[in-house]
Amino acid sequence: MSAIGLKLFPLRSRHVLPGFRLSLGFTLFYLAGIVLVPLLALLIRPVELGFGGFADAISTPRVLASLRLSFGTALAAAVIDSGFGLIIAWVLVRYRFPGKGLLDAVIDLPFALPTAVAGIALSTLYAPNGWVGSLLAEYGIRVAYTPWGVLVAMVFIALPFTVRTVQPVMAELGLEVEEAAATLGATRIQTIARVVIPMLGPAVLTGMAMAFARAAGEYGSIIFIAGNIPAVSEIAPLLIVTKLEQYDYAGASAIGVVMLAASFVMLLALNGLQSWAAKRR
Amino acid sequence: MKRVLSLLVAAGIFTATTAQADVTLLNVSYDPTRELYKDLGAAFAAEYKADKITINTSNGGSGAQARAVIDGLQADVLTLALAADIDAVSKNAGVLPADWQKRLPQNSAPYTSTIVFLVRKGNPWKIKDWNDLVKPGIQVVTPNPKTSGGARWAYLAAWAFAEKTPGGSDQKAKDFVGNLYKHVPVLDTGARGSTVTFTKRGIGDVLLSWENEAHLALKESPGQYEIVYPSRSILAEPPVAVVDKNVDRHKTSAAAEAFVKFLYTPAAQEIEARDFYRPRNQEILAKYKGQFPTIPLATVDGDFGGWAKAQSTHFGDGGVFDQIYQPGK
Amino acid sequence: MTNFSNGRSGSRRRSFLKPTEDPLWLKLLLGAVTIGFIAILLLLPLALVFKEALAGGLGGFWKSITEPDALASVRLSLIAAAIAVPLNTVFGIAAAWAIAKYDFRGKTFLVTLIDLPFSVSPVVAGLIYVLVFGMQGWLGPTLADHDIHILFALPGIVLVTVFVTFPFVARELIPLMVDQGRDEEEAAATLGATGFQTFLRVTLPNIKWGLLYGILLCNARALGEFGAVSVVSGHIRGVTNTMPLHVQLLYDNYDYAGAFTVAALLAMLALVTLALKSLLEWRYADELAAAHRH
Repeated sequence: MSAIGLKLFPLRSRHVLPGFRLSLGFTLFYLAGIVLVPLLALLIRPVELGFGGFADAISTPRVLASLRLSFGTALAAAVIDSGFGLIIAWVLVRYRFPGKGLLDAVIDLPFALPTAVAGIALSTLYAPNGWVGSLLAEYGIRVAYTPWGVLVAMVFIALPFTVRTVQPVMAELGLEVEEAAATLGATRIQTIARVVIPMLGPAVLTGMAMAFARAAGEYGSIIFIAGNIPAVSEIAPLLIVTKLEQYDYAGASAIGVVMLAASFVMLLALNGLQSWAAKRR
Repeated sequence: MKRVLSLLVAAGIFTATTAQADVTLLNVSYDPTRELYKDLGAAFAAEYKADKITINTSNGGSGAQARAVIDGLQADVLTLALAADIDAVSKNAGVLPADWQKRLPQNSAPYTSTIVFLVRKGNPWKIKDWNDLVKPGIQVVTPNPKTSGGARWAYLAAWAFAEKTPGGSDQKAKDFVGNLYKHVPVLDTGARGSTVTFTKRGIGDVLLSWENEAHLALKESPGQYEIVYPSRSILAEPPVAVVDKNVDRHKTSAAAEAFVKFLYTPAAQEIEARDFYRPRNQEILAKYKGQFPTIPLATVDGDFGGWAKAQSTHFGDGGVFDQIYQPGK
Repeated sequence: MTNFSNGRSGSRRRSFLKPTEDPLWLKLLLGAVTIGFIAILLLLPLALVFKEALAGGLGGFWKSITEPDALASVRLSLIAAAIAVPLNTVFGIAAAWAIAKYDFRGKTFLVTLIDLPFSVSPVVAGLIYVLVFGMQGWLGPTLADHDIHILFALPGIVLVTVFVTFPFVARELIPLMVDQGRDEEEAAATLGATGFQTFLRVTLPNIKWGLLYGILLCNARALGEFGAVSVVSGHIRGVTNTMPLHVQLLYDNYDYAGAFTVAALLAMLALVTLALKSLLEWRYADELAAAHRH
């Protein structure tokens, strides 16, 4: 904390506007109280394990499997959502059709719908006797209560992030480049693949990173649909809860620290992406 | 932070005073008793004249609930699945004395239960006894013994079975139980979670279940499941206790004491029997004997040297369960 | 829905295709993919929630909604949101004011820290408060001596709700206020207005729709949070169960109709949020920051 405190002195000693001390002071105070100090409690809890104990706590087969499931599936969901997000954003930005406003509004449903509601709805839908699950069951595919269920839930909750980061950038693209490409003899598909999509690169990556961060930490919607089988479909956040309920605070905190480190890395990556995108504009 | 806190505290006081015109008890209970304590709470509220009683209930895996109380959940009454979990609260939180179990009759357990098998309709795998659970391909659903009380009773029942089989020994029992858990695809934190896994999610061929929970599943979805009584099981004694320090602080001591005593009265015993818990009252037990078949039952005190020993030997850190259950390996 | 035409050209003559217009087959393909994906992934679950909720008819729906524990969960969720949202609004305004109106070192890092709760798993959010306020944690024993209970009570639920909704208003206002610069405020200050007057008369009118937008998102998340609240709630039926936790409780109690009824209530709130959000975006697009999407 003190390091941040030292850094945050004003460049100019006097401001025209009043309220610098008050607004920044309150901001730092609130940030420290709500976010930083509690996170510090998490960071120092595994200290009681020692370095070896910490390494042991996060390298049991069950913990490793849960981390692999959470991060691996989140990556898959982010990639899937980025693909569909690109298509959906394209349709919403470039085409005009009746009901478009409604379609646009509904994209944010996974964000507005509480995760527990999504969880019971998705698990009922994809259970072997559900609307979608019964169709898939005919082909021998089981989604609910398998790792596929985790993927479905993650694809659901992360979709808005990919669409909403690409959409505004796409809307600002000028048509001139596309016209030029067409004039130079490129087919429409070539123009889209070689000209448009590369220009959207930073936005797509930003959306993917946000989707990944959200999906990796997701808990509510997944626990209903995953079946929660240890080392198979048990996500890392659930294992944190299980360890906590087993009175294993240090073990729970150790996994929590890994998750927190991952989210911090993702945030830094996002910041980097955003400044990259800003430079390209 | 101070500002935030004072706001929060003010809000807390506001809600506390609006809800507390009468006496409110918090009963922290284990997982399958959701329906039971709803019925018992209503009956007690109707009978208790000194105050207007509201009983709030929190349900979850017995060990997980004990952990919550240790962490500060303000229970007035604990109604957990087994004595070791209340022992843990006494030891780690110091909110009730170590000899709590001597304060009420019959080990402080107003009713008993046992562990049975719930199988799918027609019993397709012909599961009759514990031996059948470890046959190739059979999937067994049971909760996590670290957090669930029912799971610990089930574990000990399996252990007692293997030990008492002719030629049985401690090592054979360990091998048998270890083998049994290799057939377990999912460990939920509480009994109700396991029931939902088995019934709603369709996972597994047999559910190791509380007798009462199995009957409730039959009642909820008639014709879909069958109960199988193994050749022997275990006498489960879910105890109740007043949490001294909390009731002193809440000034709910009289009501809490009255509530736990009420659980032994004929009226309450009748409700317990109706919800498929085996009442201590012999007359009421006789009246419902059709739903409580008599099978040989091991006891924790007789066969495992009491809960304190069983808990540390089998379920403590690095205990037998930790040795035999290692998913992912 | 098959009548796709190019939004930019306005030309519908098929013989002459503008170079920036997609061929019809591509439009149909992408349109079908979009509508199919959204219908299956988003609309089907929504439809299922309402169908299951109404399985027992409107009477059953009403009975489940007016059940005392369900009402208590609604009340608790509303109280938690009513405390958390204003707190984060005040914070969001203060943070955006400090970041947009002054220069100081470490600004980027500060913004990153403000964003942090957004990418922290809700379960971790719950866990950290257990580690601080639990009886095995830092402050639990001391607070308990003074009979203050944070965990398994309203304050804990409010705190985790504040944590998970922490960045929403700030994220909305920071880019907006940075965009608007500080000239107007500095002019007002030079003319002798106090800081508070400047904010009220100059800044607020410029940011009011963005502020409302942030509050809307913050509120939606506050009402719907599950994982973090689940860790600190204690799950006392009718007392510390918020609406999403009550959904889970009913689901585990074999009461599927009840679970989906409360779920439908939450889904309706979500739809209202979406409607208001769309309205704000449509009506006040110019006044919302360009990079405003969560």
